[in-house]
Amino acid sequence: MAAPMLRWVGRGRRWTFARVDGGSCHRREAPTGSTSNRIRGRSSVAQQPLYTTQKPRKGEHKWAAVVGLEIHAQISSNSKLFSGSQVRFSAPPNSLVSFFDASLPGTLPVLNRRCVEAAVMTGLALNCHINKKSLFDRKHYFYADLPAGYQITQQRLPIAVNGSLTYGVCAGKKQSQVIPKTVRIKQIQLEQDSGKSLHDDLRSQTLIDLNRAGVGLLEVVLEPDLSCGEEAATAVRELQLILQALGTSQANMADYEIQRQINELENGGEILNETRSFHYQLGCTMSMRDKEGKQDYRFMPEPNLPPLVLYDATSLPAGADPQQVINIDQIRETLPELPSVTRERLVQQYGMLLEHSFTLLNEVGLLEFFQNVMKETRAEPKKVTSWVLNTFLGYLKQQNLAVSESPVTPSALAELLDMLDSRTISSAAAKQVFEELWKREGKTPGQIVSEKQLELMEDRGALEQLCHSMMEAHPQVVMDLKKGNPRAINKLIGLVRKATQSRADPAMIKEILEKKLSS
Amino acid sequence: MLGRTLQEVSAALKQGQITPTELCQKCLSLIKKTKFLNAYITVSEEVALKQAEESEKRYKNGQSLGDLDGIPVAVKDNFSTSGIETTCASNMLKGYIPPYNATVVQKLLDQGALLMGKTNLDEFAMGSGSTDGIFGPVKNPWSYSKQYREKRKQNPHSKNEDSDWLITGGSSGGSAAAVSAFTCYAALGSDTGGSTRNPAAHCGLVGFKPSYGLVSRHGLIPLVNSMDVPGILTRCVDDAAIVLGALAGPDPKDSTTVHDPINKPFMLPSLADVSKLCIGIPKEYLIPELSSEVRSLWSKAADLFKSEGAKVLEVSLPHTSYSIVCYHVLCTSEVASNMARFDGLQYGHRCDINVSTEAMYAATRREGFNDVVRGRILSGNFFLLKENYENYFVKAQKVRRLIANDFVNAFNSGVDVLLTPTTLSEAVPYLEFIKEDNRTRSAQDDIFTQAVNMAGLPAVSIPVALSNQGLPIGLQFIGRAFCDQQLLTVAKWFEKQVQFPVIQLQELMDDCSAVLENEKSASVSLKQ
Repeated sequence: MAAPMLRWVGRGRRWTFARVDGGSCHRREAPTGSTSNRIRGRSSVAQQPLYTTQKPRKGEHKWAAVVGLEIHAQISSNSKLFSGSQVRFSAPPNSLVSFFDASLPGTLPVLNRRCVEAAVMTGLALNCHINKKSLFDRKHYFYADLPAGYQITQQRLPIAVNGSLTYGVCAGKKQSQVIPKTVRIKQIQLEQDSGKSLHDDLRSQTLIDLNRAGVGLLEVVLEPDLSCGEEAATAVRELQLILQALGTSQANMADYEIQRQINELENGGEILNETRSFHYQLGCTMSMRDKEGKQDYRFMPEPNLPPLVLYDATSLPAGADPQQVINIDQIRETLPELPSVTRERLVQQYGMLLEHSFTLLNEVGLLEFFQNVMKETRAEPKKVTSWVLNTFLGYLKQQNLAVSESPVTPSALAELLDMLDSRTISSAAAKQVFEELWKREGKTPGQIVSEKQLELMEDRGALEQLCHSMMEAHPQVVMDLKKGNPRAINKLIGLVRKATQSRADPAMIKEILEKKLSS
Repeated sequence: MLGRTLQEVSAALKQGQITPTELCQKCLSLIKKTKFLNAYITVSEEVALKQAEESEKRYKNGQSLGDLDGIPVAVKDNFSTSGIETTCASNMLKGYIPPYNATVVQKLLDQGALLMGKTNLDEFAMGSGSTDGIFGPVKNPWSYSKQYREKRKQNPHSKNEDSDWLITGGSSGGSAAAVSAFTCYAALGSDTGGSTRNPAAHCGLVGFKPSYGLVSRHGLIPLVNSMDVPGILTRCVDDAAIVLGALAGPDPKDSTTVHDPINKPFMLPSLADVSKLCIGIPKEYLIPELSSEVRSLWSKAADLFKSEGAKVLEVSLPHTSYSIVCYHVLCTSEVASNMARFDGLQYGHRCDINVSTEAMYAATRREGFNDVVRGRILSGNFFLLKENYENYFVKAQKVRRLIANDFVNAFNSGVDVLLTPTTLSEAVPYLEFIKEDNRTRSAQDDIFTQAVNMAGLPAVSIPVALSNQGLPIGLQFIGRAFCDQQLLTVAKWFEKQVQFPVIQLQELMDDCSAVLENEKSASVSLKQ
């Protein structure tokens, strides 16, 4: 079974704000009493003691966030959750719409096996209890891009419950210490995505695209265990990495959203029950639909879908058709390596610092790049880690490039590090070669080194000659040295290095100079 | 030929006594003559003739597709038919032409059946009279039968005949009238609370509701998903079995269909002996509202089984009295949900108001649905509100389970088949019927039938005898889940014993019977 791909749909979360009141521990909910901004909400899950006062005056209180998140990850399957329509991005509007997706009367949902497998995989990866029997429900609301007038979801009995997600928050002076934290996972449920409404304000009309309608979503509900935007962001990032281990995803709306709500509260505004979506280009969240006021979704069991029954090795009926049943144990065996395990392995295998393993995993494709370099180079893992995390990542960040857009290939870096390792070139020369490589001129490190004559000077005679002439040319420095200023030798070393275009090993230069001076 | 059963006419087709095209034309002609019955909403003449032509080719080449090849059938207008308007007798779907066939329609067509048209019903199948659709009420062919008219002549108080026509029952009244008036040999109805069995009883037909999960609902525009089943209306039990054989089986498009619960085909053995049978008589079905005639026929039927050696037991279904209320809550709740899709955006009616999306929804739904539908949506949404859900919906579900268990207990006590009335009385005149509102009528008329839907069991209404007024009365047999074949086998034996008289539409035919003039071998039944 191939790993299901999970695409991020960054939207839908719930927030609780607790005010930290003059150093006391009293906390209070947001002025609206709203603890949730759920996309399609349920009742509040906040667990803070209530302490109600009149509305805060601006600047009077600090606000501490208590964050619970509902994360909708779009399941990347070939077809939708309950219909055979393809799932594909940037297809022409309404070109991927089955009769069921358009809610033609008489059509019925048929559950997509792959979506169920994706949910089970995710549940297992997040240490959830997988419910052997789960149910589907209808959640009713009228909206133009919800053709049936209800969304099929799992309200009563979701497919996975009671999990946990462990993530690491950086701390310490240089943010170099990683503190492990855990957020509880309430549940994971399967549900349908809605279509898209495109508002044309000019002609005051709304256009509906149903390509997305009915695409399978995994809703991961985190308990409100997160205390700040950074924690939320890190937890979400970790979840994202886990989902990536099974597929891919990316989004980050947490920090922005907290700041927005703090501003809103301090300005005396009220936080409405609304769903906000993250807008990548604008870098902010935007209101998706007006959910002001309490909405009663009139949940009802979905009568057209029998209970979803999963099996494990012990409950699997004898002679069951493997095409007709899902075996949890079998899925567990196929789980790929999860990020926490990967990091542990990196630390063990390469003697890497834990925070370095975090960095390697946090950048999309960086771990793979690192591992590919490791495969081809003789250089020490520490050296490789340092080059990848400092030099390589530094260049990428500076130019705002993704790993996949890098001008330097793993092989080129491996070759370069080999030359460094065999002392064919100096570190300084290596940096120079790297800079050349970054220019995308199609040259190998070897070619660059020989063209620019960057090999270390191995000829001791020639170096001695050079040192000799340099001493003659700078008698004042030699005098200083002889008068007892040992640091003056550095100036000579620098001059010799410059003369060799950094090709000489500074240690060797120093040795020769010292010998000459003492003679 | 038109008066024959499906099985008989199928044999005639095979023997070449008549061709599919001839048969099709005769039926089309009769449909036109009986237009006043209002049985059909859409007559698919061109489609039927084309199908007949293809069927004829197959017969000529000796490649008949089976018993249904060339057989005219009709389909209730709440089954999706590709390219043929499907209205549910509602303004909401007037003009809606589905792009796909319901699985049961496709199966009929795949067997070579000829689709004569789409039959009338109560709007969205919500009703028990076939009186509450936008195309007007369906008239019961028995209103024009010799049997009924002669009885009426004897009654000095009888009023003007023309205004005193009878309802068919419903909601599949169009399908019942279509089969009863010989315009087709079988028709599909739908049965959520009795909508197939009720009109079958009033029109002197066999009305069969299969086990839930045996026949696909894909393409049946839902009333209550957890209770709906496609129903079969025919002139005899064997015909129903033939149609069931064509329709039954799992459908990948309907996840509630069951894999291979029954061995096909549904050939019914002729029972020679009922001595090994145990017939259960539920005592709670004996209620004061039951007409004395129906009660007496019910009792006679029980005696018949007894006299032929069957064991007849009184059984108890203790939760029966809660059933209709429970049905009402569950039905309206699902209706509220199912009707949510009709918002005027994707298909169907859309109002002219465009000040806002909400205003458009409201006006579209106000214009599109009749009072009955709107009333059910309203009460259903009330039951589903968070504050009411536990007290109404969940409670009703629990009662539903108790009702289903009642049946299980009865069957576990050794009963093979239950015998009950289908309706309280025979069909009433339209003017009488509309004195009560739809809700009251539905509650009365579904009283013996809806519990079966809540339990998912197979049930069949068999015409037994004519009332004093010369109108058909039916009795209902209820079987174990997925024991449809056993149920029909018992029903077939019973049918044979009672020899229900065939409707005599001589006058009706004379009025409009150019079609029959050339029919030298007009069937015995028509001449009786």
